[in-house]
Amino acid sequence: MTASASTSNATGASLAAAPLRKQRGGGPARRGRGGGVADLIGVGPSLLLFCLFIVVPMIVAVVLSFVNWDGVGNPTWAGFANWTEFFKDPQAHSSLWITVKLVVFSYVVQTPISIGLGLFTAGKGRLKSIYAAIYILPLLISTVGVALMWMSFLDPLLGPLQGHQAWLSNPGDVLYALTLIIAWQFIPFHTLLYAVGRRQIPEVLYEAARIDGANPVQMFFLVTLPQLRYTIVTSGILMIVGSLTYFDIIFVMTGGGPGTSSLTLSLDMYKEVFPATDFGYSSVLAVILGVIGIAIALVMVRYSGFGKMQSQQEGVA
Amino acid sequence: MLSRLRPGRALSVLFATIWLLVVVVPLYFMILATFRNNNTYLTSNPWTPDNLTLSSYHQVWAAHLGSYFLNSVILTAACIALTVTLCLGAAYRIVRRQSRWVGASFSLMLFGLAIPIQAIIVPLYVMMVKLHLYDTMYALILVLTAAAVPVSVLIMVSFVRDIPRELISAMLIDGGTEWTVFRRLVWPLSRPVISTLAIYNGLNVWNNFLLPLVLTIDHATVLPLGLNNLKGQFSEDVPVMMAGVLLATLPLVILFILMRRQVMTSLGGIVAK
Repeated sequence: MTASASTSNATGASLAAAPLRKQRGGGPARRGRGGGVADLIGVGPSLLLFCLFIVVPMIVAVVLSFVNWDGVGNPTWAGFANWTEFFKDPQAHSSLWITVKLVVFSYVVQTPISIGLGLFTAGKGRLKSIYAAIYILPLLISTVGVALMWMSFLDPLLGPLQGHQAWLSNPGDVLYALTLIIAWQFIPFHTLLYAVGRRQIPEVLYEAARIDGANPVQMFFLVTLPQLRYTIVTSGILMIVGSLTYFDIIFVMTGGGPGTSSLTLSLDMYKEVFPATDFGYSSVLAVILGVIGIAIALVMVRYSGFGKMQSQQEGVA
Repeated sequence: MLSRLRPGRALSVLFATIWLLVVVVPLYFMILATFRNNNTYLTSNPWTPDNLTLSSYHQVWAAHLGSYFLNSVILTAACIALTVTLCLGAAYRIVRRQSRWVGASFSLMLFGLAIPIQAIIVPLYVMMVKLHLYDTMYALILVLTAAAVPVSVLIMVSFVRDIPRELISAMLIDGGTEWTVFRRLVWPLSRPVISTLAIYNGLNVWNNFLLPLVLTIDHATVLPLGLNNLKGQFSEDVPVMMAGVLLATLPLVILFILMRRQVMTSLGGIVAK
């Protein structure tokens, strides 16, 4: 009795010792030999690049927002002058409003179409995979290329659809036209996201819903949409932050015009430096842009029911 | 059952086909326009393939498109190579978690995901002027690689994390160093994620317009900026501009045709992970 107990103790001890010894032998040994140097070589370069060219510039932008500088002479301390200018500047308010409109329009146009196309291309079949391949094409063209193509296409005099309104030079239409062109370029990407998301939904859920007598519309609202929540959040963040900071197509197609009717915050910021060389005020706009972008990302991740979503998936598995 | 689904299915095919036309029609117009010259572009029917010529391609090639092309190839190759090697190394060390500061730097990089690049272009411009790197390829390579670090490290960490710890331990017991583990085990096993990131970053770098616009003026012109120059040079000559756009897109289309499945899973999977 005692003997057997002692032997079982012995085996227990050796079993417990085995993984320990294994670790000491050099498994995921914490703070082991050479770890420090290896960490420095491994993480150092990318961390250095990231800090030097992303973190430092962000800090510099904040500092610049408190100085007056034309880029040539010595910068002088401005205190909050640039910031109070922002609250008085009607141009900045109009840019902010145009930016908000662009974000809302983009979201409203892109999301439903992307979900629809994503669900369509998620299915199997030769037709669907051909469609999916063609849908990608706008994503491969550089934004400048997209802009040049649509400028020629929509040209009211020389373009193929002669005789229509000059949307891009009409202050009332230009933002809608730009929204649709930006959508043309980015819907492919969000379609891909939704297709990937749809493929990850377990078929069991649809079978269960079918057994319960759900029709396709009910299945869409009660199974597909709730299950796509994570994709909706991801795609939504990318869409909102993307259109908030959107620059390329607007810069090439209208330069913010006609007048200032498509001058978004990021274009306004660019123009305050090139050509206006007002580095301080431009940096105020840059900081506002950065803060709004970061805030939206944080808020959406927090209030989207991230955690709930994960437990739902676990329940299925 | 099937017959009940049919109207819905027909409707979805109709919707998908409408979008297909929205995608294809402007592209068809563009491709056809490249095979016209400035006169036939104005006089011919924009939808029927007649009066075709290659003169626009000759003209656009004569307008330095070749050197823009070369710059874009160098930039993209350099950025992909740097991003992949540096970020995989970082990801391996982050997963091994041997020093505390490594974890902290990972959190810092994750925070970088939320920083929009547009917010830092002015400081970047000032820095590059001060560092005497303004208007050089180095400026573009450094900044575009730095901008790719957060996403790349995140994706690679989530991949390297799945490499069984036992494999790493076994290799270290057999006398391997951290370097041999990285070189012989992590690098070969990470091939799928490397190609995913190469495609994703390559596409971003090849088509990036804002950073070349801010950081270069005429000595390191890459394709997107070159296309924008064409707009000034040939604003009255649509076929030449369209030929430029088409030539700039061609490498990506060829890549896409050769590895369609991989490109699509790369683009979709990068965020869905």
